[in-house]
Amino acid sequence: MNPLIRKLVFSTAGLMLLVFSGTSFYQSRRLKEPVVVSDGVTQVVKLSMYFSGVEGTANDCNIYILEGKEPGATFCILGGTHPEEPAGRLAAWIFAENAVLQKGTLLVVLSANRSATTVTRVGGAYPPDFSIPTSWGEQDFRLGDRWSNPLDQWPDPEVYIHYPSGQYLAYVDVRNLNRCWPGRANGTLTERTTFAFMEMIRKEKVDLVIDLHEAELQYPVISTIVTHEKVQDLAAIVSMTLTDMEEFKMGLEFSPKNLHGLSHREIGDYSDAASLLFEAPEPFLDATRGKTTREQLLTGKDDFVVKAGQHGLLFEKIDANGWPIDKRVGRHTSSILQTMASWTEMYPDKPLVCDSVPRYADVVTHGMGQYLRNPAQARPGRIWYE
Amino acid sequence: MEVIITLIYYALVAFVSIVLIFNFFKTKNWQKEVLTIIVVLPFLLRLFMLK
Repeated sequence: MNPLIRKLVFSTAGLMLLVFSGTSFYQSRRLKEPVVVSDGVTQVVKLSMYFSGVEGTANDCNIYILEGKEPGATFCILGGTHPEEPAGRLAAWIFAENAVLQKGTLLVVLSANRSATTVTRVGGAYPPDFSIPTSWGEQDFRLGDRWSNPLDQWPDPEVYIHYPSGQYLAYVDVRNLNRCWPGRANGTLTERTTFAFMEMIRKEKVDLVIDLHEAELQYPVISTIVTHEKVQDLAAIVSMTLTDMEEFKMGLEFSPKNLHGLSHREIGDYSDAASLLFEAPEPFLDATRGKTTREQLLTGKDDFVVKAGQHGLLFEKIDANGWPIDKRVGRHTSSILQTMASWTEMYPDKPLVCDSVPRYADVVTHGMGQYLRNPAQARPGRIWYE
Repeated sequence: MEVIITLIYYALVAFVSIVLIFNFFKTKNWQKEVLTIIVVLPFLLRLFMLK
């Protein structure tokens, strides 16, 4: 073949690959996720309202504020710290679309690390998105990753030195929101994001921050609450009550004092707020998983992870029924509601009373899609996008 | 500092992309042409901030 024609053919093929893959990446990075806010949402503000250092960046996320008729405590729910742990985002979504506060104030964040929602794990063959079935159709969500998008923060250092502790952490965790607390004003995008949240916590006088996560079954910190010592009594009561009253077990772990950058340590240490972190089981994250598919993400079924369990390699039970997303989301909604109830019992002069949010049994029975509202029927001014 | 490092990084990505494209047109070996096309794709995706 004529070399000129051959080069033309190869470069055209390369250009087509670039256009098709580039279009796919571009679209998945910009997939719009609608949020039809509940009647209880009184304000929606941007994170940059608290710290201008994140204005105009991918991490200038929405904060949904729900105010009760009566004063009380202020809680903050953080979803999307690690977007590839979708039960955390979806549980927060249920609060933003359904919750009505009677007493106190609730700040709900659906994309704490919004940048990380726009990328999937390099080399992980993750699906870019997933869909939740509802009575009005399907709602699509970006899957995301554990770390901020390299397009927003790059390159990584050889070693990540945490500020202000000076502790050495894995290089990639310089983009991990839950290794960058309490952040700094002149730091990386991820550090500026946690700094902005710390400013929000201080300015809104937040009493308690709940950070929602999921964990692989081979990780020992699973199906548990991780608590800062400020609220260890509250966490113990919540853990015992959930295990006694609900259809799932909830453990209790104490935040290590010498492990830095995590929300359950630094928020409690660097603000007047206390902090809790909830973990639900997610087989999708296990290294021994089989195919990394949307189905596996949502059903939590995986023969290889079951096999690992038969060899005693797991810290949580799993069988052929897997860990469906409804169970994982339901664990989080019940855990948050129980925390609110136990807090109100312990601090009756600073209550927080929240209605209209389903507990574990409701979410498992009806499916979490039942609690997502139809964007096509949203009233003007009641729809936002993540 | 972070901004300067990022700009240098993108300048390096652009430089490598240009060198690869130059080599694509320079080489007479069809296997090297295919290889170059495959190698340059991730550089271009990063340069155009797509991935």
